[in-house]
Amino acid sequence: MKYYQILMPLLITAAIQFSGCKPKGVSSAAVGNAEKAYVAPGKYDEFYNFVSGGFSGQMSVYGLPSGRLFRVIPVFSVDPEKGYGYSEETKPMLNTSHGFVPWDDLHHVSFSQTNGEIDGRWAFGNGNNTPRVARVDLKSFRTAEILELPNSAGNHSSPFITENSEYIVAGTRFSVPVGGNTDVPISSYKQNFKGTISFISVGKEGQLDIAFQLLLPGVNFDLSRAGKGPSHGWFFFSCYNSEQANTLLEVNASQRDKDFVLAVNWKKAEEYMKASKGIKQTVKYAHNVYDEKTHSAKSVIKTEVTVIDPAILKDICYFIPCPKSPHGCDTDPTGEYIVASGKLAAVIPVYSFTKMQKAIADKAFEGEFGGIPVIKYEAALHGEVKKPGLGPLHTEFDAKGNAYTSFFVSSEIVKWNVKSLEVLDRVPTYYSIGHLCVPGGDTRKPFGKYVVAYNKITKDRYLPTGPELTQSAQIFDISGDKMQLILDFPTIGEPHYAGAMPADLIKKNSLKIYKIEENSNPYAVKSEKDAKVVREGNKVHVYMTSIRSHFAPDNIEGVKLGDEVYFHITNLEQDWDVPHGFAVKGANNAELLIMPGETQTLKWVPDRTGVFPVYCTDFCSALHQEMQGYVRVSPAGSNVPLTFSLGKQGAAADSTKK
Amino acid sequence: MKKIFILLFVIGFVYACGNNSGSKPAAVVSDAATSATDNGNPSHDPNRGIGKFTKIDVPPQLDAGMATSGNTIYDTKCASCHKLTDERLVGPGWKDVTKRRTPEWIMNFATNPDEMLSKDPQAMAQLEICLVRMPNQNLSDDDARHVFEFMRKNDGIK
Repeated sequence: MKYYQILMPLLITAAIQFSGCKPKGVSSAAVGNAEKAYVAPGKYDEFYNFVSGGFSGQMSVYGLPSGRLFRVIPVFSVDPEKGYGYSEETKPMLNTSHGFVPWDDLHHVSFSQTNGEIDGRWAFGNGNNTPRVARVDLKSFRTAEILELPNSAGNHSSPFITENSEYIVAGTRFSVPVGGNTDVPISSYKQNFKGTISFISVGKEGQLDIAFQLLLPGVNFDLSRAGKGPSHGWFFFSCYNSEQANTLLEVNASQRDKDFVLAVNWKKAEEYMKASKGIKQTVKYAHNVYDEKTHSAKSVIKTEVTVIDPAILKDICYFIPCPKSPHGCDTDPTGEYIVASGKLAAVIPVYSFTKMQKAIADKAFEGEFGGIPVIKYEAALHGEVKKPGLGPLHTEFDAKGNAYTSFFVSSEIVKWNVKSLEVLDRVPTYYSIGHLCVPGGDTRKPFGKYVVAYNKITKDRYLPTGPELTQSAQIFDISGDKMQLILDFPTIGEPHYAGAMPADLIKKNSLKIYKIEENSNPYAVKSEKDAKVVREGNKVHVYMTSIRSHFAPDNIEGVKLGDEVYFHITNLEQDWDVPHGFAVKGANNAELLIMPGETQTLKWVPDRTGVFPVYCTDFCSALHQEMQGYVRVSPAGSNVPLTFSLGKQGAAADSTKK
Repeated sequence: MKKIFILLFVIGFVYACGNNSGSKPAAVVSDAATSATDNGNPSHDPNRGIGKFTKIDVPPQLDAGMATSGNTIYDTKCASCHKLTDERLVGPGWKDVTKRRTPEWIMNFATNPDEMLSKDPQAMAQLEICLVRMPNQNLSDDDARHVFEFMRKNDGIK
């Protein structure tokens, strides 16, 4: 601490002197702010930052304000490094009604909440391509559950959450033909295509279940936020393509002066559900759950969902006109204001929940769209932020009544006051910001302090790496009146939305090991003396243990060509940060990475005879390089008996004899 | 400063008593009183190692129940590296270990290997021979005691 106090000013002075030789500009200002992002070696960051991986399909975990990457959590995409989607135990996590899908596009994250505040239990992510939502356990930092969504395509307005984690939602960015005959001409969009919004209940232990689906007119549902405080019980969705175009949307979905925000009274929908007014529909979707005791996932195909049609069951849904293809749709911490960013509009409309309720009571409607009332724009409007910038996308909030909106086209963050709608400050981002994140900035209790920009384009910001460049994040200090850039850092995949929460909410609960006593994987062996190799027809099951630094058994003979070999490896370690890896030469598969106390299984189908080494891939001790073994594969029909051993040495070789 | 010392003394007293219900309180108090360290434990004694166990009362006869439980724990958490003979595998064989080491040293090493391996001269000397740091296998206090009883059984105590 003392060294740091002495060293830091010296470092900064040195840095300032150094930069004094350069032309003055952004860089010298950034150097002056460097201390704010500096987290000394061995010290912890103040916030965890969970960042969507976009087309990587994963969720990454950074520290704020240092920008250090701690972990990439595999969610929707296979991860050979961790054996996720390759081990027999994790394969079912990626099962869908289409079979095994090894990739998806994870756009947004949300956190479980209690009373509108982040509670640190779970993070959720959405799969945009093959519509799914996932729950990540924040004790283990692993994907615990994945639920596929029927009647859906392009699950984009997801997995946003209500203030007591009653529901996460999933809305269709791509409307599609739903139910009955779906083999229809694409040009019949207006007649046959529907949007759906799923309300997915979150159980006490986090269990996900589709409570009901709303059947809606065919438009593109884009983003969404739950109401909070006074607006708790409502959910707000932005929608574009109210033109209902089915081709060249770039032009054809940008015709109308206004699209919509959809306000959903989900408490009303619950009443209809209680009164059994929903219609049960036969569908097909996968529900995958990982069990931490068996260390295995199970995938169950479900076949029913309850659908509610708000055009028939009234008082659930209302459209509100919103200028020009709205994207972000964000509720402020008080729950009174809803900010919708028309990405092609020159203003940001801010709606008032109170006025919206009055408009509904007064039936201040201008008509209907797809059987759903459309509230008059002015009747729900609190006001417009005038000339804020070009291409407004998303808005986050601090605890002082300010909003921070990202502008893709003009590449900047603009700070404005929610009540007065006055623009207070603006800073450039490098370049083309998409989402942005204030810790707790989507909840009733924002922690403020920083806003992080997630940029789509970095161009000249880093050393070039060929045609494909990294995306980036940039951290701005927002504790003062003016936003100050303090750090930027590259990200994995393409980050869309991200969330951040104080480290204290998670770090004390972080799991260190899986207790070996609780391991109930059917193939676990909890003692070297129980390690064995068993043949069942052409399947050879190897019950193997690992500990620093050997496998038991480590010599196996009697495997034959045509066999399927299953290595079931139990890591007997009970110490934090001691996984063992496992790999076998020639496997058309990945490695295993087995946590202390865990059992994981690698399937291997040998393609030739010979002796095949296996080894530990994760440096585990001074004798890690010795952690290896051999498997002998003989021809089909060979009479080499099935044997296994550990520590049994061969006879001395006589190299002079032949 | 005095207050802190008294507080440490009291913590040490409560802690020691809480973990050694079968031992004689008087002996423990005098131990703790000699010199309390910042973790409330008495200062380092090379025969006792570093950890929470300061005084284990070992009756002359074997507790067969504890030894059986210790055997089960041994199979899962120890047997991969320690044989019951005097043969060294990854770690030393266990034969006669209860004659070479005090119960406190063994139980402290089993439950607090990281600190022992970086501070205790005997543990450090052993590491130079084996070169693999003994893993922390997350033994509870009772687990450690049961494993020790199993070691006694292995050394012929009846």
